Amino acid sequence: MNNSTPNKQALILGATSAIATAVSQQLQSAGFSLCLVGRNATKLKAISDDLIAKKTDQQNVTSHCLDFNDPDATSTLFQKLKTELPSIDITLIAHGILPDEAQCKTDEATLNHMIDTNFTSQLKLLNKVAERYKEQGQGNITVISSVAGDRGRKSNYVYGSTKAAINTYCSGLRAELTAHNVNLLVVKPGFVDTPMTQHIQPKGALWTSPEKVASDIIKAIKKKKSTLYTPFFWKYIMLIIRNIPEKIFNKLNF
Amino acid sequence: MKKITVRSWGNQQAQPNNFHTPWWRDELIDSLGDSNLACGNLRSYGDSCLSNNTLISCRHLNRFIEADFENGSITVEAGISLKEILDIIVPRGWFLPVVPGTQFVTVGGAIANDIHGKNHHHEGTFGCHVTDIHLLRSDKKTLICSQNKHPELFAATIGGLGLTGIITIATLKLKPIASPFLEVESKPFYSLNEFYALNAAAEKNFEYTVSWIDSQSEGQLKGIFICANFTSKQKKHHPKKAKSLPVFLPGFFLNSHTVKLFNQLYFYFNKNQSKHTRIQHYSDFFFPLDSIHHWNKAYGKKGFYQYQCVLPMPHAKQYMSDILNAITASKLASFLSVLKTFGDKPSPGLLSFPQPGITLALDFSNKGEKTTALFKQLNRIVEQAGGRIYPAKDAQMNADLFHKSYSDNINAFTAQIDPKFSSTFWQRVNNHEQ
Repeated sequence: MNNSTPNKQALILGATSAIATAVSQQLQSAGFSLCLVGRNATKLKAISDDLIAKKTDQQNVTSHCLDFNDPDATSTLFQKLKTELPSIDITLIAHGILPDEAQCKTDEATLNHMIDTNFTSQLKLLNKVAERYKEQGQGNITVISSVAGDRGRKSNYVYGSTKAAINTYCSGLRAELTAHNVNLLVVKPGFVDTPMTQHIQPKGALWTSPEKVASDIIKAIKKKKSTLYTPFFWKYIMLIIRNIPEKIFNKLNF
Repeated sequence: MKKITVRSWGNQQAQPNNFHTPWWRDELIDSLGDSNLACGNLRSYGDSCLSNNTLISCRHLNRFIEADFENGSITVEAGISLKEILDIIVPRGWFLPVVPGTQFVTVGGAIANDIHGKNHHHEGTFGCHVTDIHLLRSDKKTLICSQNKHPELFAATIGGLGLTGIITIATLKLKPIASPFLEVESKPFYSLNEFYALNAAAEKNFEYTVSWIDSQSEGQLKGIFICANFTSKQKKHHPKKAKSLPVFLPGFFLNSHTVKLFNQLYFYFNKNQSKHTRIQHYSDFFFPLDSIHHWNKAYGKKGFYQYQCVLPMPHAKQYMSDILNAITASKLASFLSVLKTFGDKPSPGLLSFPQPGITLALDFSNKGEKTTALFKQLNRIVEQAGGRIYPAKDAQMNADLFHKSYSDNINAFTAQIDPKFSSTFWQRVNNHEQ
């Protein structure tokens, strides 16, 4: 990836997420054109206007308002994108929600919404994106998962299970895409200071910013990595957590 | 919820009952409480950016809304930092007409303090180049203020220390530059009179002028006079990788001996540089300390005070000598003392700090009583001179001095304050018991 190569294109799904916004900014600085897709029209416009003000004449910024839980609208958009974006170098899937765990266990509507947003819609998007990429025969797909998917913990296993589901799905899809020269990166952030985690106070030393996560993601894409823990120390924290024997793990309170 | 401690640059502290960091402008209304203040990057040295009630950080409201790179005008959310702006506009041949000593202030902070830079004698203050301001008031309405629309509120908001409401959006005029580089000349001087002579000669031909002085050189003042212009000459620039001071250093680190040594080395090094003109990248010329993140921690947990005053003409020179003598006599070390003249370009801001005259800015370690005593002495001289203290830097000015020195416009300003906005600074300078 370098500035002198023209017309590098990124597709950002869930563009109003803080991490996706940071990735968009950094990709644009690196010379990419952007296609932004998000659910909230006002937020999408704010992000799009910002990127348009900062882009060079050689770059494009387009945006589409879409709820990924709407299958018909999603299909229509992907048809449109076949002509709008002749080739895509990076697709980022970044949308997701973190509802209250207790509410997920008591209120079926909340639970269904989370499963649909975090798992089902991501899976269906990945299907469509993968189809596209198989035709292309090159490029990167990046999915934002979470360290919470590595092992179900007492405090957030309902959320964690949606991330674990995506991790397993991506593991298989990655194998399938290897034959097509397509790289699939699963990003597992730890604690990130974003609107999704706004209600969690105070934030301690383990917390990082969307900008740092974005920078790690772009480096990992360059290196064609399969999995990224960001910040790096989560790799070791989760290694330990995954390997705590069940009997001990069951007694832990976190 | 546990209260967090918010610190300003000089380590003044507050524990707001409510601390909000909205990610979108439409979340601001819900953040409003009974007594509010917006803050940016908390780069004010004193308590003008602090509140123990509702403090609303606008740091995530940092987006461009529109940019016209043909005519040099941008509209931005006010939480954007000057660095975030310069990173975009400099490669397109534009600069901000006024920048302070750090890029890490926000546009909101720059307007609220009506900041000035090394080119005040040419371009005036930051507020001179603001076309309009969107102001959110506690009645939940946003007013667009300019010289023509709500002009009293516009004038009160520039330099208004956040007390008229939350600045959400601002439109700024830019200035064209030939390149990101400046041609810089420097010359040592050995007396205040020599400084005045150098300064008077340089101001006509150089847009940027400033002096660094060693305030500890007993009897004999010495300093380095620096002047610069943007140039079309260029050279290779390797951006310095910023280092960070991760912890507060122990309090004795910056004491009168280490500071004296530093000042002597700094003078010696720069004296030798002055033999030729050099080309410097704007980030090195304007923002040398920015490459050490959190440099304020070098002062230790007790923090430090910045004392910045302006002494108006025509008696400025006499009072400046008095000020410098008082500092030398106190034996309190000041690191990086800056001396500069202000020109007569008026600011639209009612509480704007600069007046035509001479300004001096000094850093002092917080040595408790000794520092307070020195500041009281300096304040008396400033008062006699009819001068002022800069609120953006101040942590100890008393109510009488504040009201006297800003007496021209204080009533007009107070009439525009939003009744549900206040700050620790404002409470302090209205407590007339002191």
